Amino acid sequence: MMATAATVDPMLPQPYSVRQVVKETSDTFTLTLEPPALEPSSGVYRNRFQPGQFSMLWVFGVGELPISISGDPAARDRLVYTVRSVGQATQTLVSCEVGDAVGVRGPFGTGWPMQQAQGRDVIVIAGGIGLAPLRPVIYEVLHNREKYGRLVILYGARSPHDLLYRRELTAWARQRETQVLATVDYGGLNWHGNVGVVTTLFKYVRLQPTRSLAFACGPEIMMRFVARDLETNGLARENIYLSMERNMKCALGFCGHCQYGPHFICKDGPIFSYDRMRPLLEKYEL
Amino acid sequence: METLEHIIAEHPFFAGLESYYTNLLTGCATNVRFDGGTYIFKEGEEANEFYLIRAGRVALEIFAPQRKPIMLATLGEGEILGWSWLLPPYQWKLHAHALEPVRAIALDGKCLRAKCEQNHDLGYEVLKRFARIVEQRLEATRLQLLDVYAVGRS
Ligand SMILES: Cc1cc2nc3c(=O)[nH]c(=O)nc-3n(C[C@H](O)[C@H](O)[C@H](O)COP(=O)(O)OP(=O)(O)OC[C@H]3O[C@@H](n4cnc5c(N)ncnc54)[C@H](O)[C@@H]3O)c2cc1C
Repeated sequence: MMATAATVDPMLPQPYSVRQVVKETSDTFTLTLEPPALEPSSGVYRNRFQPGQFSMLWVFGVGELPISISGDPAARDRLVYTVRSVGQATQTLVSCEVGDAVGVRGPFGTGWPMQQAQGRDVIVIAGGIGLAPLRPVIYEVLHNREKYGRLVILYGARSPHDLLYRRELTAWARQRETQVLATVDYGGLNWHGNVGVVTTLFKYVRLQPTRSLAFACGPEIMMRFVARDLETNGLARENIYLSMERNMKCALGFCGHCQYGPHFICKDGPIFSYDRMRPLLEKYEL
Repeated sequence: METLEHIIAEHPFFAGLESYYTNLLTGCATNVRFDGGTYIFKEGEEANEFYLIRAGRVALEIFAPQRKPIMLATLGEGEILGWSWLLPPYQWKLHAHALEPVRAIALDGKCLRAKCEQNHDLGYEVLKRFARIVEQRLEATRLQLLDVYAVGRS
């Protein structure tokens, strides 16, 4: 019998194969995975996801890890992930070659509140690999331009060599009602862009705080600074969303591995509004 | 035509300043331009002015022996450049490098210091604004020092 979406066990990885691997930076790669057989009607392999959702990727011989989907939500025949090699699992994942198998569970998580963003300016603030879970937001806004207000993309990275999706950043900047600003913490000699942390970019943006929604993803310290500055610029806490990428195991809220205060990052998040996260963000060693 | 006083009053750094004070400041101000690639000031030189940037980008650079200059930060439209004019020994501690053609208003430091001494209310308004900038840049520098994008730091 053919499996349907309703009968798929969320604990059971689906076998996907690597279709493409693109080197983004020295340690970060974008992998395109496709299901072994396209089953457009079954619901199993439709790859439908909300911007901001993540999958659990099963790397054979190493284990499972959460990775955000960084591709275009409209491209249903594949799933795209951008992975930074930081340890054993991610190193094995980025070393995959075309044709290799990767197990996929999901998508999981709440996603960015795109419904709420309709009719408003969308302010995307990313640090480092944090641009990956925000790229689907950018695709969604650019494909449905009439639904949203201005799109502002503020992106900070460690150095010019660490900037992801450089060609796309340039292309996005040419789109109407779109402002793209990138900055690096350490500029080299040939870099003629901005130098400074991502929060230094706010002053170049004419924010309309009462009609904007801000989405931020990056290291937690960076998000804390970003959220604080957004608030100083007049955005209400409930209009600021952060992606809390704490490590997790089951992704279904069973195991408690990713519990953060009263929240399970995997099923209640990873995206939370700042008004819910603020008390926890400022606690030591949580 | 935009007058100097109007430009000063409209610049974000002096937002909300009473016109009496902007009028006093205008007496110390001149319009300036720098070609891309030139240095606006260099470390060790006398710091006689500060700049309200109207257009273009400026890099703050520091030189280390036998190394190429290190770019610490960039500044752009709506920002101010330089605070060494405010405190002794009135010497620049960094290089300011115009990365592209820059248009700015230069405020003469000696002239401004004299006016602030005479009129402490003006001095307080100016210092308050500089204190905010110093605080913002200190916070940005702290975040930069944390090197948050390095593996294992987040
Ligand atoms: C919801 C969610 C979405 C994610 N999306 C992505 C993504 O799109 N791309 C991507 O590259 N990574 C993403 N991550 C992080 C990724 O899951 C971890 O980097 C990975 O699990 C590390 O496994 P490892 O065995 O390679 O490294 P480990 O040996 O487990 O760790 C190596 C180093 O990385 C640090 N580290 C591990 N996990 C995290 C984390 N979650 N956040 C910050 N530091 C961490 C460790 O402290 C350690 O210093 C996401 C994590 C979550 C929870």
